[in-house]
Amino acid sequence: MPIGRTYAISLLGLQGAVVEIEADISSNLPAFVLIGLPDAALGEAKDRVRSAATNSGCALPPRKITVNLSPAALPKHGSVFDLGIALSALAAAGSVRAESIDRVLHLGELGLDGRLRPVNGILPAVLAASRGGFDTVMVPTGNADEASLVPGVRIIPVASLRDAAIWHGGDFEPEPVEPILHSVRDAPADDPGDLADVIGNAETVEAMLVAAAGGHHVFLLGPPGAGKTMLAARLPGLLPSLDAEAALEVSSIRSLAGLPVGGSLPTRPPFESPHHTATAAALVGGGSGLIRPGAAARASHGVLFLDEAPEFNPSVLDTLRQPLESGVISIHRANGVAHFPGSFQLVLAANPCPCGQYGARDSECTCPPSARRRYIGRLSGPLLDRIDIQFRVHRVTSAQLRVSHEQPRVSTSEARGRVVAARAAAAERLQATPWRLNSQVPGSWLRAPGVRLAHTVTAALDRALERGGITMRGYDRVLRVAWTLADLQGVTAPTAAQIGQALYLRRAIST
Amino acid sequence: MAAKDALGRRGEAIAARHLEARGLRIVDRNWRCGQGEIDLVARDGAETVFVEVKTRSGVGFGHPLESITVAKLARLRRLAAAWCEAHAGSHDRIRIDAIAVIAPRSGQVTVEHLERVF
Repeated sequence: MPIGRTYAISLLGLQGAVVEIEADISSNLPAFVLIGLPDAALGEAKDRVRSAATNSGCALPPRKITVNLSPAALPKHGSVFDLGIALSALAAAGSVRAESIDRVLHLGELGLDGRLRPVNGILPAVLAASRGGFDTVMVPTGNADEASLVPGVRIIPVASLRDAAIWHGGDFEPEPVEPILHSVRDAPADDPGDLADVIGNAETVEAMLVAAAGGHHVFLLGPPGAGKTMLAARLPGLLPSLDAEAALEVSSIRSLAGLPVGGSLPTRPPFESPHHTATAAALVGGGSGLIRPGAAARASHGVLFLDEAPEFNPSVLDTLRQPLESGVISIHRANGVAHFPGSFQLVLAANPCPCGQYGARDSECTCPPSARRRYIGRLSGPLLDRIDIQFRVHRVTSAQLRVSHEQPRVSTSEARGRVVAARAAAAERLQATPWRLNSQVPGSWLRAPGVRLAHTVTAALDRALERGGITMRGYDRVLRVAWTLADLQGVTAPTAAQIGQALYLRRAIST
Repeated sequence: MAAKDALGRRGEAIAARHLEARGLRIVDRNWRCGQGEIDLVARDGAETVFVEVKTRSGVGFGHPLESITVAKLARLRRLAAAWCEAHAGSHDRIRIDAIAVIAPRSGQVTVEHLERVF
């Protein structure tokens, strides 16, 4: 009998490897042997495949079937190989055309009734198939929308193993079945609200605008009820829409995390706000067998908001240092290294002390200075060092509330227009460099001849450095924010005014 | 005789005819010892062949070959050794075969013969 051969994708992080599935039928007592480092879910494929084949009317012969997944040394996870295993066995039995399945990559989990169930991670798998040189991919009907987001690949959605066998030249009568669709429904998009809802905090709104324009990370410090969460939730609205590549990456991560993807690419940046009890694995990703993306990876190209940052486990927070530096999250496990995109914009929010009242007008803080210091000290120096904008948010006063409807307030769309213009200006200025945003530019480049600002402009900053008010690293961060302010305000280079404003955006914890 | 035993007898007869048609010489049938029973023993050239015959009237409860388990094969191997001990002659080459007979009450009988299943 011939050997049936087809292909599938094994995912590690967002990277997929093409796996060859070979099936051989030997003249021996009935058995199903699956080799090639399967995990528990994949090992159970033999029972799913045999039942599915019998119940869809294209039974496997009562002989010994050996299925090999190669490369044999690569660990393989999950149920996505079911369809490929079933079709290669059917091809070995002569029920479908072997040369037909050889050209197609198959993804999908089988139910016992022979119907195909949608699986997670279809989008990155189809992308990997496309990169691996496949132009035809067969997927479950429930994943068809998601799979068709990849350009240049012919997607064949099938509802059952019988339909798949018929497509590959199997001599069976079509039997329409109800396709299984994703059980996770699209959650109604929660409206983040408009920036114009924010009352009184005009300078904080301006700080968020600067953060959005330059891609700077933000630390908001303020008493409870000052509007930190409200401001952070409005930051994604200020960011420009995702380009095609970023949208595909965002969708791939969602697909891998088992979240609904739908039939169109997202245009708006994601927003993730994990709870402060999150573990390191929940935040950056992890898992022993299959490595899953965490909240930081899901927030890539968008905003990662950590409310009550000092309540997080300090070691968990520090796992963010590597992605903040490199823009890539690497999870190392014994069986491999998974890489996830990690170019998120970080927003930390914290109360100034355990009781939260320190520095607030009209209320008394009951914390001793040592408790206050310990509280903020839970945020490690190296982490805060990577945050360009550190800002104090104040409670809205009754006077501000009264005059709020008379003062002009910036709406989200208006603000986004300014952000897009500022980003365009920065991109034009940085055209000859590998960077696109001010937050990506290293300090040495900003202080190099040609770009360096005149001493008269940086006088205030130099004085702060001399006094020890800021460190050298802080000096570079102020310079970066000053450039973003210049882009926002439409001047070609920062002046003393922008340097002053940038210094102001860095004084949250100097109390 | 119970219906299932009658079916088993009929299947063994069909299997024996099948083996003879392929040029094997039947040496022993339903040989029993303390450990169990061997359905058929045949001679294929220099080889002694021990055959397990499974008969069913249909595949509604699974294919007959599926009911030959690892434990049953292991017992068959021990039985083969016991048979060789009990019978004089050279038995230096042995093999174990399985034959599935699907014999519906009316209609075509199918015989499937698997060689060297152990």
